[in-house]
Amino acid sequence: MASSFEPRIVVFACNWCSYAGMDLAGTSRMSYPANLRVVRLMCSGRLEPEHILYAFKAGADGVLVTGCHPGDCHYIAGNYKTRKRIRLLEQLLAQFGLEKERLRLEWISASEGELFTKVAKEFVEQIRALGPSPLKQKELFAPVIGVKAASGGGE
Amino acid sequence: MVEEPKVGVYVCHCGVNIAGVVNVKAVVEYASTLPNVVVAKDYPFMCSDPGQNLIIEDIKTKGLNRIVVASCSPRMHEPTFRKALERAGLNPYLLEMANIREHCSWVHEKQPQEATEKAKELVEAAVAKARMLKPIETVKMPVVKRALVIGGGIAGIRAALDIANSGFEVYLVEKRPSIGGNMARLDKTFPTLDCSQCILTPLMVEVAQHPNIKLLTYSEVQSIDGSVGNFTVKILKKPRYVNEDLCTGCGICEQKCPYTVPSEFNLGLGKRKVIYFEFPQAVPLKPVIDRDNCVYFKRGTCRACERFCPAKAIDFNQQPKEITINVGAIVLATGYGLYDVKTKMPEYRYGLSKNVITGLELERLTSATGPTKGAILRPSDNREPKNVAIILCVGSRDEKHLDYCCRVGCVAGIKHAYYIVSHIPDAKVTICYTDIRAFGKGYEDFYGRIRSLDNVQFIRGRPMEIFEDANGSLYFDVFDQNTNRLIRLNPDLVVLETGIVPDPSFEELAKVLKCSRGPDGFALELHPKLRPTETSVDGVFIAGVVQGPKDIPDTVAQAGAAASSAIALLARGEVESVPNVASVNQDLCSGCGVCEVVCPYTAIVLEARNGGRVAKVEATKCKGCGACAAACPSGAMTQLGFEDKQLIPQIEVLARGR
Repeated sequence: MASSFEPRIVVFACNWCSYAGMDLAGTSRMSYPANLRVVRLMCSGRLEPEHILYAFKAGADGVLVTGCHPGDCHYIAGNYKTRKRIRLLEQLLAQFGLEKERLRLEWISASEGELFTKVAKEFVEQIRALGPSPLKQKELFAPVIGVKAASGGGE
Repeated sequence: MVEEPKVGVYVCHCGVNIAGVVNVKAVVEYASTLPNVVVAKDYPFMCSDPGQNLIIEDIKTKGLNRIVVASCSPRMHEPTFRKALERAGLNPYLLEMANIREHCSWVHEKQPQEATEKAKELVEAAVAKARMLKPIETVKMPVVKRALVIGGGIAGIRAALDIANSGFEVYLVEKRPSIGGNMARLDKTFPTLDCSQCILTPLMVEVAQHPNIKLLTYSEVQSIDGSVGNFTVKILKKPRYVNEDLCTGCGICEQKCPYTVPSEFNLGLGKRKVIYFEFPQAVPLKPVIDRDNCVYFKRGTCRACERFCPAKAIDFNQQPKEITINVGAIVLATGYGLYDVKTKMPEYRYGLSKNVITGLELERLTSATGPTKGAILRPSDNREPKNVAIILCVGSRDEKHLDYCCRVGCVAGIKHAYYIVSHIPDAKVTICYTDIRAFGKGYEDFYGRIRSLDNVQFIRGRPMEIFEDANGSLYFDVFDQNTNRLIRLNPDLVVLETGIVPDPSFEELAKVLKCSRGPDGFALELHPKLRPTETSVDGVFIAGVVQGPKDIPDTVAQAGAAASSAIALLARGEVESVPNVASVNQDLCSGCGVCEVVCPYTAIVLEARNGGRVAKVEATKCKGCGACAAACPSGAMTQLGFEDKQLIPQIEVLARGR
């Protein structure tokens, strides 16, 4: 069963560096596993820790947060805010029954299509090794969060 | 209150780019089952006129009020489709794109099934977000009809002149005492062998005399704030210790100054005085006192220049001056520096053996205004070299150093062979090359002409290491790949055609401006073919080698293109505010002020309301990062187009899957 496990990974990307870097990977016809799904934000500084928790709650096995390299943020310092928030959230993941390795932060610039490809491959393998998210079986935080959620979305 | 969403989904084939991998029909079929989707269609090229018309017609006839386009990256065609919505009378921000090309078909070419499943999910997530989109109103802001050009080399000169000739005011800032840049150092330009100064100095003079150009030499950009249409730039004008208004440029001060130091313009090969003109044709023709080396500043005596100046222009008390300007557009033209072969490639003995020089140094040795008055003499003993080796690709196309081509070294090296044999007819030149890349107009002809000379020899190979024997003679071995032989050369002068790197000042400038750089440190253009003169920062354009190595014709062409991009912006006269600004629900706001603290643009202020205080967004200052929305503990602050109730459904679809 574990062998047929295909990890489901949600990626958050800022518009200026990381999303552009992922576009470059495509334009350059690089390839990486089809397990990742990207949410575009203008800046990684927009990302709320809750967004990550929503992703885990909905079934993500891993979450990859990407942003501009330190010093390169299009909005001056959004990525520093992201870094702090992610480091804090990492501390809390265990309380939700999640390994902190399921959350990864990477700086990807607009010219680093190759780096994104490498990170994507690595992260998919890392999550594959960890196995399916323990939250998939449990409805742990349904009562905890979900206050802000507007309806379920697409179904 | 809010009308029921009626979503139209449009899936693009992009020829075979998407449809060759993704089963587009299956995606359309799936999309048509999604909530609120009224119509789902596919088309070979959605960005084409008929493709856009398909969307416009459906909006008009089917009353669609949300549009999802599944095609390429939104970074490519979001503006195109937003305009289509606008033409159909719909608010342009009721559009959501699903990137099924760059993020799907192109990276999963060998997995059509997985790619199709992923495309379905990306479309579903886009629909989930689109259902929650709201119209966004932007405001038009006036553009300051003035430009700033940073860097006074040939790129900056050309850009400044083009903008000025179109009737707009231009500030041209140059850090050196004179404009002219590296081109002013060249003796001749390939392949026509035009005298470099003869074609450059008329442009320099035109800059100085142009009524629309304000020239700020010996000046550096300190800070840049604001955004497209209205940048505030602080410039530091360093003291020349010469009153530019009084100075007539007679040069008596330079003659009378008793002290000399190595000349930067001549790359250390000759001397200059401590009060000096950068070069004889300097623009402006005003000298500068090198404070660090001036005996008056060090010991309080001398003042020879002051004593002899007939115009009383010397001013030892001059202070640095900070100038603040407002401009609507910025052109970056900071040019290049040479790869540091001295520390990075000691095997070539540059800096260790006097007779190993760079191509740029040979230009100074050949120039009539150079340290030898145009006689090619080797540095160690000022004798004419008779046996010269020219090594191409020094640091370039080398994975240990710079992996890119410098684009000028080959033909510059060929030109340098011409310098040697035309100045010293009995000299012999050997060019060690990797490949000869004579790609420009007229370059191949020029190469053929020099290659046919009896005293110029071409060897295909890279020398391993240069040695100097006890008598100071140079020798090295090179494996000739054409003849499969190891050849020993005993040159009495070695010329290195060194790699090109961005000018060191660009790194800091890019940080200040937040414009993206590529892995080599050069400015990253927004798109190599579609937007080659634009950067990731709106209103900031790039010209010349700052974007990547270029010869002079390409530099001048790009400078003209960058100027025309800047002119288009200034002429348009207004820019639209960012759509994705922060927005606050004051009823929910507790007035904690966290948003104000995290805002990098002071776009949030706290105002009094009902005896307390609440946040207020100044939309024209907001750049739309969304940091405040992420920080707000009350859910009062949000970012238009990236609201929680739009993002969370999107996240849930992508995390849950089908």
